[in-house]
Order: sequence, then C-alpha cells, then structure tokens
Amino acid sequence: MGFIAKRFANFLLLVIIATTAGYLLAASALNPRENFLGRNPPVPENTINSILTQVNMNDQDPVLQRYGTWVGGVVKGDLGKTIFSESVNEEFKNRIWVSFRLLILGSILGAVFGVLIGVISAVRQYKFFDRTFGYSSYIILSTPVFLIAILLKFFAVFINEKLGFTLFYTVGLNTPEISGFELFVNSLQHMILPTLSLTLGGIAFYSRWQRNSMLDVLGSDHLRTARAKGLTKRQALFKHGLRVAVLPMATFFAYSFGLLIAGAAFTESIFGWYGMGEWFIRAVNTNDINSVSAIVLFTAILVLFAGFLADVLTAALDPRVRIR
Amino acid sequence: MKKTLVLQIKSLSVTFPSESGTVNAVRNVSLDIFPGEVLGVVGESGSGKSVLSLSTIGLLPNSARVSGEILLDGKNLLQLSDQEMSKHRGRDIAMVFQDPLSALNPVQTIGHQIAEALLIHQEISYDDALKRAGELLDEMRIPRPFERVKSYPHEFSGGMRQRVMIALAIANAPKIILADEPSTALDVTVQAQVLELLKRASQLTGAAVVLVTHDMGVVAGLADRIAIMYAGKIVEEGPIEKVFENPAMPYTIGLIRSIPRVDESEKRRLVSIAGSPPSPVALPPGCAFAPRCPAYTEICDSKVPDLEAFEGDRSVACLRKDEIAGLVSAGRLYPTEVTKGHVKSTSDVKLLEVSNLSKSFPLLKGNVFRRRVGSVYAVDKISFTLEQGKCLAIVGESGCGKTTTLLEVMNLVAPENGRIVVFGKNVSELSKSERLAIRKDLQIVFQDPFASLDPRLPIGEAIMEPMEVFSVSKSEQLTRMQELLELVGLNPAHANRFPSEFSGGQRQRIVIARALALNPKILILDEPVSALDVSVRAGVLNLLAELQEKLGISYLFVSHDLAVVQHVADYVAVMYLGSIVESGAVAQVFNSPHHPYTKALLSAVPIPDPKVEKSRERIILEGELPSPINPPSGCRFHNRCFVTKARSETDQAKCASERPELRIVEGAEVSCHFPLLK
Amino acid sequence: MSEKKLNQAKDETLSRRQLIVRRFFRNKSAVFGLGTLLFITALAVLGPYLTPWTWDLSKENGLDFNAFIDSPYGGGLTAPSFDDGHYFGTSQVGGDVFAQTIRGLQKSLLIGLLVAVFSTSIAAIVGATAGYLMGRTDKGLMWLVDLLLVLPSFLILAILSRWYQSSGWLLLVVLLAAFNWMITARIVRSVSMSLRERDFIRAARYMGVPTRKIISKHLIPNMASLLIIDGTLNVGGAILSETGLSYLGFGVRAPDVSLGSLIAEGTASALTYPWLFMFSGGLLILTVLAISLIGDGLRDAFDPGSKSGRKS
Ligand SMILES: Nc1ncnc2c1ncn2[C@@H]1O[C@H](COP(=O)(O)OP(=O)(O)O)[C@@H](O)[C@H]1O
Ligand code: SF4
Ligand code: SF4
Ligand SMILES: [Mg+2]
Repeated sequence: MGFIAKRFANFLLLVIIATTAGYLLAASALNPRENFLGRNPPVPENTINSILTQVNMNDQDPVLQRYGTWVGGVVKGDLGKTIFSESVNEEFKNRIWVSFRLLILGSILGAVFGVLIGVISAVRQYKFFDRTFGYSSYIILSTPVFLIAILLKFFAVFINEKLGFTLFYTVGLNTPEISGFELFVNSLQHMILPTLSLTLGGIAFYSRWQRNSMLDVLGSDHLRTARAKGLTKRQALFKHGLRVAVLPMATFFAYSFGLLIAGAAFTESIFGWYGMGEWFIRAVNTNDINSVSAIVLFTAILVLFAGFLADVLTAALDPRVRIR
Repeated sequence: MKKTLVLQIKSLSVTFPSESGTVNAVRNVSLDIFPGEVLGVVGESGSGKSVLSLSTIGLLPNSARVSGEILLDGKNLLQLSDQEMSKHRGRDIAMVFQDPLSALNPVQTIGHQIAEALLIHQEISYDDALKRAGELLDEMRIPRPFERVKSYPHEFSGGMRQRVMIALAIANAPKIILADEPSTALDVTVQAQVLELLKRASQLTGAAVVLVTHDMGVVAGLADRIAIMYAGKIVEEGPIEKVFENPAMPYTIGLIRSIPRVDESEKRRLVSIAGSPPSPVALPPGCAFAPRCPAYTEICDSKVPDLEAFEGDRSVACLRKDEIAGLVSAGRLYPTEVTKGHVKSTSDVKLLEVSNLSKSFPLLKGNVFRRRVGSVYAVDKISFTLEQGKCLAIVGESGCGKTTTLLEVMNLVAPENGRIVVFGKNVSELSKSERLAIRKDLQIVFQDPFASLDPRLPIGEAIMEPMEVFSVSKSEQLTRMQELLELVGLNPAHANRFPSEFSGGQRQRIVIARALALNPKILILDEPVSALDVSVRAGVLNLLAELQEKLGISYLFVSHDLAVVQHVADYVAVMYLGSIVESGAVAQVFNSPHHPYTKALLSAVPIPDPKVEKSRERIILEGELPSPINPPSGCRFHNRCFVTKARSETDQAKCASERPELRIVEGAEVSCHFPLLK
Repeated sequence: MSEKKLNQAKDETLSRRQLIVRRFFRNKSAVFGLGTLLFITALAVLGPYLTPWTWDLSKENGLDFNAFIDSPYGGGLTAPSFDDGHYFGTSQVGGDVFAQTIRGLQKSLLIGLLVAVFSTSIAAIVGATAGYLMGRTDKGLMWLVDLLLVLPSFLILAILSRWYQSSGWLLLVVLLAAFNWMITARIVRSVSMSLRERDFIRAARYMGVPTRKIISKHLIPNMASLLIIDGTLNVGGAILSETGLSYLGFGVRAPDVSLGSLIAEGTASALTYPWLFMFSGGLLILTVLAISLIGDGLRDAFDPGSKSGRKS
C-alpha cells in the first residue's frame, strides 16, 4: 500500500513538473499578440491588451503571474479560456472522447495483435509466417505515421472506386443526419482507417519485441526443465514461456504510449477528426497558450497513467515484484 | 553383458555447425546403463558431457546434427518426434540441471510446477497432484513441505531449489535420472546434502543415475561405475575402484594425480598435464590427447583410438594401452617431482595486520524512495596477520565475507571499524601518494581470468599497464614484460595477441604476470584457480608455489576449496557468516579441527578416492548458510551445529545466547564454547 | 557460463574485427541496407549535378515556366519525364520535384546524422558518468532522464518550433537531440555499471590507474559496439522525428525543404498528382529502412548471441 502511495506521489510530482515546463515554454515561445497584428483594419493596442488580459495571455503581465492565475484555475478544475475567449473545459469535453476512441482502440489492438503475431512468429521461427510479418514490420516501423495514413487513404479511395460504393470513409467521424444502426455502421466505416493507421505501427513494434522476448525465453533454462518434465516444445512454450515473455511488454506499453499520442495528432489531422491531437496543432498555430498547456497536462497524465498501469500489470504477472 | 540394460547408447556422435567450422561435441560414444546403478561421467568443461546428457533426453538445440542410436526398451529415441519423445521425458528419463536458480519457472508456484510433472504422465486430479507434490518435497527433506508448495522459486535458496529439481525428477519414478553437474553451483556443505538426496532419490525409485560432473571427488563417493570423457570421447570406462586405483589411459592418470587432496598432509608438487584441451573444431588427427600425452609416439597420430575392452570389465581408448602400466611403474609417465618441500624464507616481519575489521552494507527498502532500514554485516570484527614469505588462506562458503575482506584491504582507506596496517602503515593515515606507493607492493589476482583482462587490450599492454602508472620507461617496460611472460611460462613472442586467443589457464598466467610486474611484496589471490579446468589447475598452483619460492612473496589466498588451501597455505582462517571461527597453521587445523564448522566443512569436501570416500563417516550439516541480514543469535553457527545438539539444555541455551570469543585451544584460535579436542 | 566463453575463445582463430565484418556481410538484409544507404547518400550528394534545375524557387532555374505553361493540367504539374529534364515531374508552380526532393533528402539525412551524433554522445557521457560514479551523481542524472522521458517531447518540440524556425535548423537539431538521448543513456549506464564491476576495471583501479584513464581506456572502448549500434539506429529515429515535425509545419519550413515538408505539400493533391509526394515518401521509407537494417545487422555482427536485438 505504501508502495503504491509513494509511486503515486512521484507521479504527481512528475505531472506537475511536466505541466509547469509545458506552460512556461508555451507562454514564452508562443505569441498570442501576433494573432491580432496585420489585421485590416488594425486592432487598437488597447483592445488587444484587454482581450489578452481577459484570457490570461497578456505578454505584458509577468509570466509567473499568468502561471499562478492558470494554476489557481486548474486546481479548481478550470483550465482557463482559449484565445477565442471560449472555455477550454468545453473544448476539452467535446474533443476528449474523439481521441480516447482512437487511443484506446489503437493501444489495445496494437498490443493484442502485436503480441499474438510475435508469439506465432517465435513459434514458427524462420518459417513463412515469421518472415512475412518480420519484413512487413520492418517496413512499417520505417514508415512515419503520416505516410501510413496517407497511403491508407490512397488505398481506400482505390478500393472504393473498384467497388463502386463507399466502403471506407476518409474524412470525419460519421456522415451527418443519420441515426440508429445506420449511424453505427457508418461510424465503423469512418473509424477503420484512422484506427488502422495508428494500430499498424503498434502491431509492428510489439510483434518484434514479443518475438525476441519469446525467443529469449525459448532458450531459457526453465523452459528446458518444462520440456524435461514431458511437455512438448509447443506446450512448454505456451504454458511456461508466454507469461514470462509477456512481462517485458508491460514496460514497452508505457514507453510506446507517448508515441501513440503523438501519432494520434497526425491521424486526427489527416482524417479530419476533431480530437485532442488536431486541437493541439491548431492551438500551437493560433498561439493558444491555455489550450496547449491543457493538452500537455492531459498527455502527461496519460503517459504516467500508462506507466502506472504497466507497473500494476507487471506486479500482477510477476510474483518476484509483488513481494513487499 | 547378460544383465538387461535400461538404456544403451550406440556410436553416438553430435556435431554443431559454427563460424569457425564443425564443432565435434560428442564423438562416437557408446555407453550401457544398467538398472539402479550410479554411473559417473567425468570430464572437463567442453568435453561433451552436457551434450551427451541432453541428447539422451532429446533436448539438444535444433542446430545439432546427431548420428548413432540411443535405445530405450529397444526403441531408438533419436528417431522419435518431439511429441513421441515427450512421452518418455519425465516418465522414463528425468533430468536435473546444473543451475538451480534459473531452472524453475519464476512466475509459477513450486507446487504447481511439480504437480504439472505428475499431471503430464498420470491420470490424477490436480488436488491429488498438489498433495503428492507436498509429499515429494517432504521426501526431499524440505521443512514444512505442505506450506512450501505455495512458494515461488525466488523464495527458495539455491540448495532448496535443487531439491525441488530432484523432487521433480523423481515425481514419475523414472528409470533413469540424468544429473548434469547437480552440485557444482552450490556450496560444499549444501553440495553434500544434495548428493545425499540424489542417492536417496535413486534408492526411492530404483532409478539408474547418470551423474555428470567435472569433479572427481563427487563421483568417488557416489558412483559405481565411471566414464571419463575427453574432447567428446569416452577415453576410459569401468568400475570406479579399479579406475581410480589403477587408471590405464594417460589422461586419466594425469587427472587423478593432478588433484590436490584435503586428506593428505605432506606438501608435494602436483602432477600437471601440459597444455590445455583441444578446440572441438580443430581436433588432432589421431588420439585427441596426443599433444599433451607424455606417452605419445608417432602411432598415436595414425588413427583415433577406439574404446576397447581392457582387463575384463573395463575399457580404454588408447593405442598404447597395454604398454602404459609398464611406463608408469618405470616412473616414465608423470614422474613425481622430488618434493623440495616449501623452502620458505622464515621471517616474522608482519606485512599486513588486520584487527577487528568490520564492514556493513546498508539494507535498503522500497522501490521509489529507497531508505536505509538497517545494516548487513558482511564482515564482523575479524583479525588476521600476514607474515613475510608466508601464505595465509581464508576459507569459507560463498557469502561468508571473503571477498569483502579482500576488497577492504585493497581499498586502502580507513575501514568502517577496526584497523588495517599495511607494511607498518595504518591505512587510515595515508596520504594520496603514500597510498599509490603501497599499491605498487600490493597486487591482486581475481577469480575469473576471462573477466580480469580487458578484451580489447593486447596482453603485452595489459602487463605493462601497472608499470605505466608508476612511469617506468617504455624500454624497461618492454624488457620486463617479456621477462614476466617467460616467468609464467608463456611465449614472449605472443605479447601482441589479444586475450581471446588464450585459454583460461594461460590467461590466469597473464594476470599473474601483470600482478608481478612491479615486484609486489603481497599478492592477494581471490579464488585464483576455481574458474579453471581441472587439468590446468595444477599447473597454475605449481606456478604459484614456484614463484613464492623464487621471489619470496607473501600470499593472501582466498578460496572455498579446502583441498587447494591445504595444498598451498601455511596458515588458514575459516570464516562463517562474517567472522573467523577458527584459525591456525594449516596442518594443525586440517588434521584436528576444533570448531564444529571446520570439522563439518572438511568432512563435506569430497575426496577423489572411492575407497576413502565411501568408507569415511561424514557429517552432513543441516540447513544452509543463514542470511547475514538476520544472523542467528549467540553463536552464529548454533542452528546448524551438531555439537550443541548433543549437549545438555543449559549448554544449548548458552550457544544460542552467548557469542563465543576467540580463544586459543591446543594451539589454534577457536571461537566456540565447546571446542572439539584431539 | 565460463565454459561457453572458454570454448568460444578457443574457436576464435580469426581476429574479432574480421569476424564482425564477415558476419555483417553474410547478413543479406544488412548488406541490402548498406547498399541502399550508399545509393541514397550518393543520390543526395550527386543529385544536384544531375539536373539543371534547382530547388530554390527564388533562383532563375528554380521555376520552369515552360512546364508551367505546357502542362496538360494547367498551371504547373507536369508528370515525371526524362524529356524535359524533370525526372520527378513539376509542382503546382512549376518547380522541379527532383531538385526539391534531393534538397529535402540532404536536409533530412544531415539532420538525422547530426542528431544521432549529438544524442549518442550525450548518452555516452551521461550514462558512463552515472554508471561509473554511481551514488548521488547517478541518482540526479537518472531523475533527469525519467523526467525527460515523461515530458511529451513531441508537444514540447512543436511548442518550441517558433524558436528554431526563426533561428535556423541547427537549433532544431539540438532540441531533437535533447529529447532523444535518454533511453540510450539508460542502456549505457547499465552497461557501465556492470563493466565497473568487471575484474579488469577493478584490477585497473587497484593498480592505481586514474579514473579518467579508466573511462577512456577501458570503459568507452568496451562499449564501442553498443554506441555504434545505437548511434546508427538513432539516425533513423531522428529522421522520423524531423520529418514528422516538418510534416505538421513545426520543423523545416519554406523556403527550405525537408522530406517531411515535401510530403506535406504533396498530400493535398496526392490522389491526382501522386508524383508530388511519392518520391519523397519512398525515399524516406527506404532511408529509414536501410538504416535500421544496418543497425540490426551491426548488432548481430557484434553480438551474435543476443536474440533481444535479432531481426524479426
Ligand atoms: N548449441 C551448441 N552450439 C554449438 N556448439 C555447442 C552447443 N552446445 C555445446 N556446444 C559445444 O560442444 C562442446 C561440448 O559441450 P558440452 O557438452 O556443453 O561440454 P561439457 O558439458 O562437458 O562442459 C563444446 O565445445 C561446446 O562449445
Ligand atoms: S593413444 Fe597415444 S597419445 Fe593417446 S593417450 Fe594413448 S599414448 Fe597417449
Ligand atoms: S559455540 Fe556452541 S553452537 Fe557454536 S560452534 Fe561451538 S558448540 Fe556449536
Ligand atoms: Mg556442462
């Protein structure tokens, strides 16, 4: 119990530092004033100042003071105002589920299929399955997410053309003005490509590590013991190897989550999903300090939560960690 | 051969493809195994013992190419698929592996793993299997067996895990138990327990045991028959007494004579076999032993000798097998050097004085914020003195604090507690330059010759490194380096080769040369031969003795091997759990030990002589070395001591509560309330 | 353990370097990677001499007005053809895609290489210091590593894009390196920690060899293989990060180009005018693929026993 509490305290500290760094960097690198310059007719200096002060982004106020105001709000659950004087909380609520849908599906599918393919590849080492997926994952890991997304889009359009009707949608969450079962199917059709583009990398990543970890276990002494007891190679692998080999994946899960979030930014903007990633890009481009900081906070929490989850998972699987 | 065989190996050969050519791991081995017997297979590392046992149980890696036959009930096991073979594994043939720490699945309970072995071959319920697992643990003398089935392997010590492995092996009452170095990774006192259990296992199940080991002493006490392997071949085979008493193959003769024995009191130079075992990719054309054989003649290169019957129930693979006995009796093979005795300079100048030295390590807890929750005393108030030209040995089981003691001396900084005086100077008062000056006279040789040399530095440069620190001129360095190589018996022309081109024994010679570069007064030796092959150990030990005679250096020698200590040391200090329990002159301590632990330790060391080993009475200690984290109260040894158990309750209470002081008993220093007397 | 080592040692009749080279060249994927990378590098270096056009639109030979006028699509955008010297076609405004792609390739390769050199050096220094000295130094440095690992580096880089876009791409290199060294540093640290306890380092300490010399003479040379492998793989990672940022407009920016910004420009009309992003995309994949094949080939060659890095 004390262990978990301490872990949590450390996490909290890291979140605070990460967000502080995020806010301060955003406040000094982004220049909201820029948004009002060069307009025609020019916006009077006073107006700009009052707008900026109202959203707590006036660069004429000391940065620490603005930070203090922002933190005061965050502690009460208020993430501040966007540069367009709207509530960050509202924007957050509208967008978070869009991203969650992608992230949760992406991380789970990536891990599950990756582990599965890794295991099969290890069992059939150097066979056709192993080689095919091996080379594919090499290529996928060498391809940036945005290229995967673009290529998928390409491919989808091609298929749609061949089929003569739209199987894959490439923009948005769903077609407006439909409901019921139709909406469900339509949403699925919209979801396939973004999810796939985010998942492919994960699958490639996990499958490689899982395969190697499995092969390491395959050569381990305790697996030899299991076979000496009378298990066949395959039985030994599944009964004894799998659980030990999956252990390190928990750590990778934590590491790769950060990558996944970055990947979501690309996917969302390419497929026109208005999620957190797309918001972030827009916020940086519009010098929206508060929105940027909110997203940094959100990401830090997610990454750390993934790390926490990985620890819990490891402890559940590995009795050696469980003691004390 | 009228008796029925349990297993018959016929002309088995195993090769592996490798970067540098084909590895001939096992060459044309034929072996019969009879029901209920204990067969010892002895050979040095790389001689093919493990490959032989793995091929018997069908667990060779895929890259292995196997030919020949292994017959079980008339069925050739080599032709079975993995699935068919798995029906025999565990049920007919079981195996105990060398490293008990990694041999069990870390994430499953002990009970589950044993139960699984039962469920694979028997139609019983899981609950019954678990119950049976408890019974098996009980048979393997594991305390509170029915609770311990719920434990995970990491909660067990090495010795306990090896018992679990034996329990696993006997679970299905197999016909054969293969034990590959089952006690090598364990301490002597624990090794004795495990070997005892192995014997018990074979009695319980009537299984034949194939005991694979590099240790002649281990087979001597246990085996009925012995097979000696060299470079993948069995070179001699027969009833154990006959082979030990009257070995017929030159390699066997040399091997048996090269082993120091703990039960022999006079010092002698050991017989040493020249060179080192051949590489399995580049074997000599005829007899593989030819390059090292003192009986070599040209015929030996003509063909690979077959294992042929010899004197009835034995067999030998030597082309000159009938002439060897004559050569031996004429003293032409391995002539025993006339013992000069150790002519040591006698002087009582004290080079190193350690008194009341203690060293503790912080005991940490917690993963995120580590904090100190206590101290572990690795070394607790020990004192010893090293005199000029003498050899003081510190013996004890792993973890008793030997290496910590050495490192404390080598650090040359004020110890946590106590005093270290080197060459008359107290180390806590040293200036930086004085410390460096002392380093010149105080050198160390580590256990593992493979780790002691930087793989990226040619050996010549490695030897010159200490001279560089003391700014010896380059030309002087070069001449000295060549001198040193010659001194330790290596070719100076090889100075620019890399460590990887040398064998273990040669590397240890290089390390010794490096340590001698600055003419030190004290050489600290941390288990200098225990990582070496049996047949090259004698050479290094002889070198050390020779150097001491020539150069008059003092040795501080640390070892767990009492036979080696008996052979090289003048004085010995026995350590148990961080303290010295007995010290004195070697002859005295070894001949009449006063401390119960010393006695037990001596008794646990296997003696490479079946007659002695099988007849002597042994004291087998219970339990294992307690963890220094919470050492027993009173006398640290009291929970394992056989002396206190036999005494009255008041005496027992005294042992359990009062820590005995060191005192002089019959000329030795002993820390025991009730020392054993002559 | 030592049994295996012993036998390996005896088997080693070839020198270590020869063995590594032989193992590397026996690995078909690695050789393919090396060949590809050599080709790509040659293309990046020699490319500008192969075409009369230049990437810089403000230069005289940056825009092809003929192509602009003649295009069947109207307004630039001629398909790849050898006849008019536009091997990769032309862009909307009549710029030569080949010249731009080569420029982008140069930029991405250069950034990748520099980032890898910087981040691997930082990792080596920090990791070796932490691992060899241990104690407080180690704790402090590792805390920093942990912190940098949880910072959403991609977001931070995007935020900071304003700075490096105004002060040139070298700052981008520095920032990419600053967020890229942590995992390697951890590995280097754990290797240093185990090397530190190896007897040959201990022996050197007890011989009185000074710390600085131990690190430079024993520690670093014994980690050379690790550093080479990681350095190589870091090049690929850095290229991916750089192109990602550039794709979103947070990296290399017009007028200069990188593979990422080229792809970004090309995607808008990717479906109709595939040549706009096809070549830059293809070269990007090929480059990163070649580098990771080489990296894994090196790992196999240096350390044939380890499966944890073996190719899938
Ligand atoms: N999987 C393998 N691949 C290649 N060579 C091997 C393999 N296993 C063992 N060998 C080689 O076979 C020889 C015999 O090995 P081994 O049976 O393990 O010796 P021992 O058990 O007697 O020490 C050694 O030279 C060893 O290097
Ligand atoms: S065959 Fe020759 S070389 Fe081999 S052991 Fe016999 S005498 Fe020695
Ligand atoms: S003091 Fe007691 S327990 Fe300790 S060794 Fe002597 S007799 Fe045994
Ligand atoms: Mg072995």
